[in-house]
Amino acid sequence: MATPAPARRLRRLERAAIGGVVFREVVNFGSYWKATTFSSTVEPTIYLLAFGFGFGTLVSEVGGFDYVDFVGTGTVATAVLFSSAFPAMFGTFVKHRFQRTYDAILAAPVDVEELVTAEALWIAVRAGVYGCTPMLVAILFGLDPSPGMLLVPFVGFVTGLGFACFGIFVAAVVSAIENFNYIVSAVLTPLFLVAGTFFPIEGLPQWAQVAAELNPLHHCVELVRDCVFGLKPGTDALRLLALALFALVMWRTAINRMQKRLID
Amino acid sequence: MGSAISLRGVVKRYGDLRAVDGLDLDVPEGSCVGLLGPNGAGKSTTMKLLTAQAIADAGELVVLGCVLPGESKQARAQMGVVPQLDNLDTTLSVRDNLRVFARLYRVAKGEREAAVRGALELATLTDRADERADKLSGGMRRRLLIARALVHRPRLVLMDEPTVGLDPQVRQELWALIARLRSEGTSILMSTHYIDEAERLADSVTIMSHGKAVSVGEPGALIAEHAGREVLEVYGPPDRLRSVEADAQARGHATRRTGTSVAILGVEAARSDATNGTFPEGHRRAANLEDVFVHLTGEEIA
Repeated sequence: MATPAPARRLRRLERAAIGGVVFREVVNFGSYWKATTFSSTVEPTIYLLAFGFGFGTLVSEVGGFDYVDFVGTGTVATAVLFSSAFPAMFGTFVKHRFQRTYDAILAAPVDVEELVTAEALWIAVRAGVYGCTPMLVAILFGLDPSPGMLLVPFVGFVTGLGFACFGIFVAAVVSAIENFNYIVSAVLTPLFLVAGTFFPIEGLPQWAQVAAELNPLHHCVELVRDCVFGLKPGTDALRLLALALFALVMWRTAINRMQKRLID
Repeated sequence: MGSAISLRGVVKRYGDLRAVDGLDLDVPEGSCVGLLGPNGAGKSTTMKLLTAQAIADAGELVVLGCVLPGESKQARAQMGVVPQLDNLDTTLSVRDNLRVFARLYRVAKGEREAAVRGALELATLTDRADERADKLSGGMRRRLLIARALVHRPRLVLMDEPTVGLDPQVRQELWALIARLRSEGTSILMSTHYIDEAERLADSVTIMSHGKAVSVGEPGALIAEHAGREVLEVYGPPDRLRSVEADAQARGHATRRTGTSVAILGVEAARSDATNGTFPEGHRRAANLEDVFVHLTGEEIA
């Protein structure tokens, strides 16, 4: 009845371990997907209606775009942020401190590095999918479909990966769930407002424009618009590189802090 | 016979606190070892060290032939852990909880369904398979936690206080489950502060105090060595208990306080030995592991 000892040494970042953790998330998703899908769909629709039609009566055109098209593409980044950073922060905190799920997973042949990677990948996939909802809603309100839109889930995935890792990192660092308020107010809200979602960055003072270039969400907004309205190969490659770099740095940082949090 | 677990001189510090302080521990393959100790003795830290959820500051740890912490993942693939705190996925069905862990424990694809069925049977949860975990009673949840740790047929099972907080009938069900596992040849390390549990289930007991093993042996042998065969419990007001205690100690007997009484250990010899004087009136009973425990650690059971 005893399983024979595995002959080879187990390696880092194994597919079996990552697959197992993702499988757990997928099975659990079955019990809460309705609520998640509802909020991911309704929220961007409200933004679109409020800004698109509220502001839309004042400004019909922004930066050469119809305002509804401008906001409809811009809020893709908002949806990506909301469906990556938030689930990562709250989900990680709850699974670690309240449900003690991570104790059970780490008692199986899964290391912290694999756990964090799997959780981030799964959230990023969801962010890529849910990120598309504002664009789909905007299509209903008159945004013209284009083949470049097929690239949008990929942009959402890369951005979501960075923000999922950011959320996991935050969850590993805070001592109480209330401290998320600091992060939301001081980090996420400014990032999401100064990303070129609702108004173009070009209208801001010079320093704010420079700061926006350091905002990963701004690159996401611009990439999504270029996917939908026409790619600018040089700039877009750099923006994608910036997002990938953000994801890479956050990924290693999240692993590092979770390692400290989970292993005594 | 090989060792499922072998710890030598293991030390784990948290700041100034030495939670584990030079611990030696052996679990021979196929045996059930009880890890006894009061709260704070280092049992839970020891459990965490064995899954590399805590990293030792010093000492040697070998689990199923794997040297920790470097080879911990290989060891974890072949062991199951029953945690003290319930960490089931409460919104999932019983079956899905097991399916998830069959996957995490890398049961081969074609064998997963059979593994889940086997675990359901072992924990007698087959007819509850589709129930949500949060709809189960406390005892059933605990059985599911055990089944989850066994879904991949591990060679070694760690149980951290497996029956804490359960009512007596449920505890007996779990004992039957653990006894069955043991009879099938699975190595078991079980931490507990229920003495009767260790006495019933363990082939050998390690008594821990302040992070060290203070005594190791088969329960019966430990009792004979440290507490003798019979214990006399004398009840009375505090003043009287104090004098009974002093008197017994003067005659060379170990004693322990149990709240309302003084227990005098090893009184079987005194019955036939007239020169030893008479003991005060009291209740004679067989010595048990609790007497050994309190005698050795100087601590009451939490």
